[in-house]
Amino acid sequence: MKKIKCAIIGPGNIGTDLLYKLRRSTLLEPVWMVGVDPASEGLARAKELDLKTTSRGVDGLVPYVKADGVQIAFDATSAYVHKENSDKLTGLGVMMIDLTPAAIGPYCVPPINLKQHAGKREMNVNMVTCGGQATIPMVYAVSRIQKVRYAEIVATVASKSVGPGTRKNIDEFTRTTAGAVASIGGADEGKAIIVINPAEPPLIMRDTIHCLTADEPQQKEIEASVHKMIAEVQKYVPGYRLKNGPVFDGTRVTIWVEVEGLGDFLPKYAGNLDIMTASATRTAEMFAEEILAGRLPLEAAAA
Amino acid sequence: MNLAGTFVTTHDMSLRDGMHPKRHQITIEQMKSIAQGLDAAGVPLIEVTHGDGLGGASVNYGFPAATDEQYLRAVIPLMKRARVSALLLPGIGTVDHLRMAADCGVTTIRVATHCTEADVSEQHINLGRKMGLDTVGFLMMAHMIAPELLLQQALLMESYGANCIYATDSAGYMLPDDVTARIGLLRDKLKPETEIGFHGHHNLSMGVANSIAAVAAGARRIDCACGGMGAGAGNTPLEVFIAVCNRMGIETGVDIFKVSDVAEDLVTPILDFPVRIDRNSLTLGYAGVYSSFLLFAKRAEAKYGVSAREILLELGRRKMVGGQEDMIEDTAITMARERGILPHAA
Repeated sequence: MKKIKCAIIGPGNIGTDLLYKLRRSTLLEPVWMVGVDPASEGLARAKELDLKTTSRGVDGLVPYVKADGVQIAFDATSAYVHKENSDKLTGLGVMMIDLTPAAIGPYCVPPINLKQHAGKREMNVNMVTCGGQATIPMVYAVSRIQKVRYAEIVATVASKSVGPGTRKNIDEFTRTTAGAVASIGGADEGKAIIVINPAEPPLIMRDTIHCLTADEPQQKEIEASVHKMIAEVQKYVPGYRLKNGPVFDGTRVTIWVEVEGLGDFLPKYAGNLDIMTASATRTAEMFAEEILAGRLPLEAAAA
Repeated sequence: MNLAGTFVTTHDMSLRDGMHPKRHQITIEQMKSIAQGLDAAGVPLIEVTHGDGLGGASVNYGFPAATDEQYLRAVIPLMKRARVSALLLPGIGTVDHLRMAADCGVTTIRVATHCTEADVSEQHINLGRKMGLDTVGFLMMAHMIAPELLLQQALLMESYGANCIYATDSAGYMLPDDVTARIGLLRDKLKPETEIGFHGHHNLSMGVANSIAAVAAGARRIDCACGGMGAGAGNTPLEVFIAVCNRMGIETGVDIFKVSDVAEDLVTPILDFPVRIDRNSLTLGYAGVYSSFLLFAKRAEAKYGVSAREILLELGRRKMVGGQEDMIEDTAITMARERGILPHAA
């Protein structure tokens, strides 16, 4: 079966984990790994796996996009360089899946709005944040039953799984996640809290989702909706588990989940990183299906 | 130990850490009267915010009676001498909150992280310093790591621009020797112009003794709470600390009688229950658990039938850090289910 060719920008932990997932895909074929450091271990690893590599950034990839048939690119670098990367590639008709917090394109949380994006021919979609991917499906599971006037999420991650980029700009996490909890989760107002825990052995990512409903919660419907959504997320993150709840207390609905990663390249406790690479892969596969079926002709976007 | 003539800045916590036992419900009027009393008593620095710092208003930590901005704008203009500070925990509050607090007129911003995670404070400490604020790095749960590791984190905060670094005994677990080791090393290795501070909790009745040990080891800022307010069994009781300082010749500029009147006449009457060492707050100090977990564990006990003490011990075993209040109900439900008190869910 024909596969859609992909490039990964950023050969760090996320980019490498993504590479492992793409190699398993029946719809996607990773062909390029793009870095900026010739001594990068990630580039060397990609080369061993027969990918073409460049250490000259996206500029090193651009001349080969057409010849190598690259149609989808993943950006796992940083918010600061994403726009430039995106402009260079979407200008050549390559779809961008943005794993940075730059969020220049619309947010994509696969079980909620992936189909919608595929229909709209978006050239750049953003994967929100790890906390967003882990919690927004639960907010949506409540808001599709009844009005949620306020949703708040608490993401707790192992210290070892939080990279220097996130640490330098932790506010970006709280802001971006809070915004998407409201806009994609379907709440009038959103709030996000992140807690970093250094315990050894490292703890598996935990997320708590609090929703305040406008009226008395419809308990049975919400319970059923939550379980259904858990199953949806498990399709691409098998280690996504409901730990407790939903608990109902007045108009408060609280849900506790755990996110264990697949352990492809990243350790299993880093479910926060795994859910990002898994969501990005899932998103790309959906676009690939559309491209392969001829429903999504990729056109060069005006840069 | 001769500390006579040493000047120590006392920093009152009753209107911030004291928000915990009040479930963040201190009214604006109560804040104003207590802050004015403290100001008149000569307390130089007063912290005002939600108990979990700027942006703490949440389902997870509790919604306060008024917003941080309302509290700050009400209190700051009334101060004749005292300066007002705000606490900020990155991950909960953001630089937007910091800017708001500065606009309200706080002179001091305290950026708090778990003791191993100082590098999440870079953007907030940078900005505080850039704005010309007295910028404090606040390393919480400092009992959990060795003094040498605490120093590494303190050096990071200092490198971001903090002009004062705190060792924070959030669990009220430390004994005076633990304080001496940490404060002594910070004093020895940080820049001479960097101030050192200590924040204690009274869960093992060590608040005053630990604070004196901190002063002896070189700390010059000490957090206290008027009337012994604060999470767990409260912070170091301000009026008691002042009395001990007076006896030792340590200078604070605080009037012992005035401040003990504030404690008796203004703080004690607003308490919902006596903030003291009971079996649960003792457990916090004994097992090294974050003091703010206290009321959450008591509520979970009432709801799920597992004792608060057992819940707190379990949270300690699982090495929960500040901010993980969401895990208290989760832990109680799981424990109740394991004991057959709750039907199997999930």
